[in-house]
Amino acid sequence: MTLLMVLPLLLIIGYLVYQAWPILSLDFLLTNPKHGMRAGGIWSPLLGTLYLVVISLVIAAPIGVLAAVFLNEYARDNWFTRIVNLAVVNLAGVPSIVHALFGLGAFVLFAGLGKSILAASLTLAVMTMPVIIASTKEALAAVPMAFREACWNVGATRWQTTRYVVLPNSISGILTGVILQVSRAAGETAPIMFTGAVFFKAIKEGHVFAYGLFDQCMALSMHLFTISTQVPDVPKALPYGTAVVLLGTVLAVNAVSIVVRVRLRSRRRW
Amino acid sequence: MKSGSMVEITNLRVRYGHREVLKGISLDVRRGEVLGIIGPAQSGKSTLLRTINRTIDDVPGAVVTGAIKVDGEDVRQLKNVFALRRKIGMVTPLPIGLPLSIFDNVAFAPRMAGLRDRRELAERVERCLRHAALWEEVKDRLHTLGTSLSGGQQQRLTIARALSHDPEILCLDEFSIAIDPVTTMRIEDVLRDLRSRMTIILVTNLVQQARRLADRTAFLFNGELLEVDRTEVIFSHSPANRKTYEYVNGIFG
Repeated sequence: MTLLMVLPLLLIIGYLVYQAWPILSLDFLLTNPKHGMRAGGIWSPLLGTLYLVVISLVIAAPIGVLAAVFLNEYARDNWFTRIVNLAVVNLAGVPSIVHALFGLGAFVLFAGLGKSILAASLTLAVMTMPVIIASTKEALAAVPMAFREACWNVGATRWQTTRYVVLPNSISGILTGVILQVSRAAGETAPIMFTGAVFFKAIKEGHVFAYGLFDQCMALSMHLFTISTQVPDVPKALPYGTAVVLLGTVLAVNAVSIVVRVRLRSRRRW
Repeated sequence: MKSGSMVEITNLRVRYGHREVLKGISLDVRRGEVLGIIGPAQSGKSTLLRTINRTIDDVPGAVVTGAIKVDGEDVRQLKNVFALRRKIGMVTPLPIGLPLSIFDNVAFAPRMAGLRDRRELAERVERCLRHAALWEEVKDRLHTLGTSLSGGQQQRLTIARALSHDPEILCLDEFSIAIDPVTTMRIEDVLRDLRSRMTIILVTNLVQQARRLADRTAFLFNGELLEVDRTEVIFSHSPANRKTYEYVNGIFG
């Protein structure tokens, strides 16, 4: 029965790789789509996804983690924190298309960022932040209360307690939660479609800073959608190749999260 | 050593929501004495200690009225609660080794108070571990985890940590609950050594422990202070309160 859970994953990966095999190469990664996306590689969507994920994470992770630290370590249990907690839980459950519409209204139009990498990253950040807050809070709450009390008893401040005892013992859980949001941000299509991703854009090949913050970009998830359904006569291997790269990225990130968790947990000490 | 009261508690009332756990307690702890506090579970002993170092602030819903002076200062008016807590060493019922090395466990409080000098830290750690009668057992493995020690060792580590910030008062809250009798005796020896250096408040559920260690003993029952007197009187045939006699002689409780 357990193997039945693994089987679909192996089948998906195997089938994708099999179909994509003729096209997979370093060149595929490093060249722009060409000839109305019927040839060439995935350089500009790949880099676009990278930009979106990294920038959204840089925004969402610090704010999310600090918010969770505040909620769990500092805030007293009163009506205000209860409302905030409720809001976090509900925000985490809002469908991504709704976040997309919000991003369009708030960042693209109201804040005047236009359709841009920045607006799309902010939208992704808004989408991932509540989940980061929730998972971080959970990791913090797993640290026994007795440790905090022992610190307070010897005159340590809240911050010292958090910094030297609580965070070191919850960092693996916190990072796991954050990293899992990377794969979520990489895979989402709807939020970026509304706020910054475009159908096609050629950029300087092999140049990592080819996009600017206020440029629009391509993204892997949307590119896959485009070449699978919107463009006729695309060679079969092309969408499969794109899917393999997208899936590979997400799985690689998940693998990193597992390694991080295992390594940090082996340092956990109670 | 200055004379007079180290801790002065006047008409202290604490309630958690609608449940009153301390019902108007007035009690002095004299400088340099060992004050035993005995009483059955739920009589408010731990709450009393929490009000002294103000960790009661962290208990949701706790309401405190009355006055508590430590070293002449009203703790409820204090701005710097951390300085107050550094005056007081607190040993909790269950041993808590922080998930740090043995060395770091003891060096934690001095470090948080701003002590950085390595040599001074090392001296402080050794002194505290010696005072807690743990040094000989752990001196060769100071950098292993505090949490890997046995229960009795961890309790002595907790005591070493409570001593690490040079407190003037040492509060022990039923320290022997989780450890075996032999270790308990060792720690009692430790306390006998420490009594000349600081004021000790010993909350215990073992009445004989109070008898062995305390200069004076207070009997707390249902949130009320029924009696406080010299330990010999409390354990004699004629303490002032009948209940005290019954409790220390195991007739109830």
